[in-house]
Amino acid sequence: MKRLFPILSIVTVVLLGYALYLALVVAPTDALQGEVYRIIYYHVPSAWTAFLLFFINFVASIRYLTRSKASTENAAKWIAIGIGVVGLVAPFLPPVRRLIPAGMEPSAVATTIVLIPAFYFLVGKLFPGDRLDVLAVTSAEVGVVFCTIVLVTGPLWARPVWGIWWAPGDIRLTSTLVLWLIYVSYLVLRRFSNSAQTQMLAAALAVFGALDVPLVYLSIWFFRTQHPQPVIGGGGSMDPRMLHVLLFSWLAFLLFGFLVCWSRFRLELLKREVEQAHAMESLAGAGVSEKASLPLSRSAG
Amino acid sequence: MTSFWAVLSATLVKDIRLEWRSKDALNSMLFFSLLVVVIFVFSFDPLAEESRHIVGGLVWVAFLFAAVVALNQTWARELRNQVLDAYRVSPAPANALFLAKSVGNFLFVSVLEGLMTPLFIVFYNLHVLGPAWQLIPIALLGTWALVVNGTFFAAMSLRTRNREIMLPLLLFPISIPAVLGMVAGTTAILTGESSAHFYIVLLLTYDVVFTTASLALFETILHAE
Amino acid sequence: MNAVKFLFAAYVATWVIHLFYLGTLVRRFSQLRQQLRELGKGK
Repeated sequence: MKRLFPILSIVTVVLLGYALYLALVVAPTDALQGEVYRIIYYHVPSAWTAFLLFFINFVASIRYLTRSKASTENAAKWIAIGIGVVGLVAPFLPPVRRLIPAGMEPSAVATTIVLIPAFYFLVGKLFPGDRLDVLAVTSAEVGVVFCTIVLVTGPLWARPVWGIWWAPGDIRLTSTLVLWLIYVSYLVLRRFSNSAQTQMLAAALAVFGALDVPLVYLSIWFFRTQHPQPVIGGGGSMDPRMLHVLLFSWLAFLLFGFLVCWSRFRLELLKREVEQAHAMESLAGAGVSEKASLPLSRSAG
Repeated sequence: MTSFWAVLSATLVKDIRLEWRSKDALNSMLFFSLLVVVIFVFSFDPLAEESRHIVGGLVWVAFLFAAVVALNQTWARELRNQVLDAYRVSPAPANALFLAKSVGNFLFVSVLEGLMTPLFIVFYNLHVLGPAWQLIPIALLGTWALVVNGTFFAAMSLRTRNREIMLPLLLFPISIPAVLGMVAGTTAILTGESSAHFYIVLLLTYDVVFTTASLALFETILHAE
Repeated sequence: MNAVKFLFAAYVATWVIHLFYLGTLVRRFSQLRQQLRELGKGK
C-alpha cells in the first residue's frame, strides 16, 4: 500500500501532462470562441470532480447521522435500495421517458440514478464507524478546493467570450457559488465548533445543504425566465474530438483528486491520533492509568 | 404531563412573557430596526425613478439583519440560565421546544417587520402597483423561512467559539433560494410587472422542506454536548 | 491575442490553487509529526 501512493503520483503527473498537451495542442480550435474555449478542459472536470466530492460528503453525512439508531439506519438502507430500483426501471417507462430531455438516453439516466445507492453501500463498506466522518471532512475540504477553481475559471472564461465576468441568471455558475458557500460554512462550523458532537452538527448541515441545492436551482431557473439574459451560444452537440479530450482531462483530474483526498484522509487520521495521544497524556498526568482506552474525541483548537 | 402541545404552549408563553418583561431587549431591537431603515434611506436614493424596483431587496435585507440580531438573543438567554441543560434532561419532546422557540422568534421578528414596513412605505413613498394582498403570504412564508432555519442554526452555533458570527455564516448560504423568492416576489408585486405566484409556491416548498428537516434533526442538535 | 491571456490565467490560477492547498497539507503533516514526536519524548 505504501508503494502505491508514489507510483500513482507519477502516473497522475504523466496523465495531467498528457491532458494538458491534448487540451492545448491536439484539440481543434473552436469555430466561434477561438482558443479561449480551452478553459473548459480545466473548468468542467473541476466542476464534475467537485460535485462528486460533495455528493460523497452527503452520502457519508447521511450514513453518519443514521447509524446511531438501528431504525434510522434500516430506513436509510431501504430508501437507498428503493431509489436504485426506481432508477433502474423508471427511465424506461413511457410517461417518464417523455420527461427526459432530448439527447439523453434513458440508460444513461438509469445508470446515474443507480449510482446513488451504489455509493451509499460502497461508502458504508469502505469507511466503517468514525471513518465516515473522516471521509466527510476530507471530501468537503477537497471539494471546496475544486469548487474554488470552478468559480475562478468560470468568470475567466465568461469575460472574453460573453463580455461580462458574471451573469446573475447563469444558473450553473450561480448554483455552484451557493454550493461553495454552503460548504465553506460547513468547514467553518467544523473549525470553530467546540462540541464533542461537532461531527453530528456538521453532518446535519450537510443534509440541509443537499436539500437546499435543488431549491437554489429552481429559484434561479425561474428568475432567469423573468429577466433578459445574455445570449449564451453553444448548441447541444460537441465535436467528438473535444469530448474525448474533455473526458481524458476529467480522468486525469479525478485521479489527482483521489490522491489529494487520500493525503487529506491520512492527515486527518494522524490528527486524531495526536489528539488522542494528547488526551492520554493529560489523563496520565492526572494519575489515571495509561491503559484506559479512550473513545476518539476531539479537543478544542 | 409532558404532552407535545403542553410543552410547546408553556415554553412559548414563558418566552413571550420574558421578552415582554425585559423590555430593554425589545426596545433596543426596535430602535436598531429603525436605524437600519434610516441607513438604507440615506444609501439608496428614495426619490429615484427606479426605487420601486430595488425596495423589495432593501426591505428583505433589512429584515434579514434584524432577524439575525433577534435570533442571537433568544438562545443566549437560555444559555445564561442553564435552561438548555434542564431541557435536555427532561422528558419533554425536543420538537416541542424547537417549535416553541421558532414560533416565539417568528412573533418577535414579525413585530420588528411591522415597525420597519410603514417606515419604508413612508420614506420611499411606496405605492403598490400589483395585487397587494399577495404581500401577506410572502411576508409570512418568507419570515418563517428565515426564522425556522435561524432557530435551528442558532442552536447549532451555541457551542461554537464565535457564536454570534456563526449564525449568519450558516444561515445566509442556505437561505439564498428563499431570499431570492422573497425579494423577487415582493418586487413583482410592487412593480406589478409580473406574477408572484411561482415565488409564493417556492417559499411554501422551502418552508415545508426545512421545517421538516429541522424537526427531524433538532433532537440530534440538542443532545450535542 | 487578448483572449489567450484569459486561457493562460485560468490554467495558472488552477495550479496555483492546487499547489497552495497541497502546501497547507504538507505544513499540517509536519506540524502533527512534530507534535507526535514531542509527545513520545514527554513520556
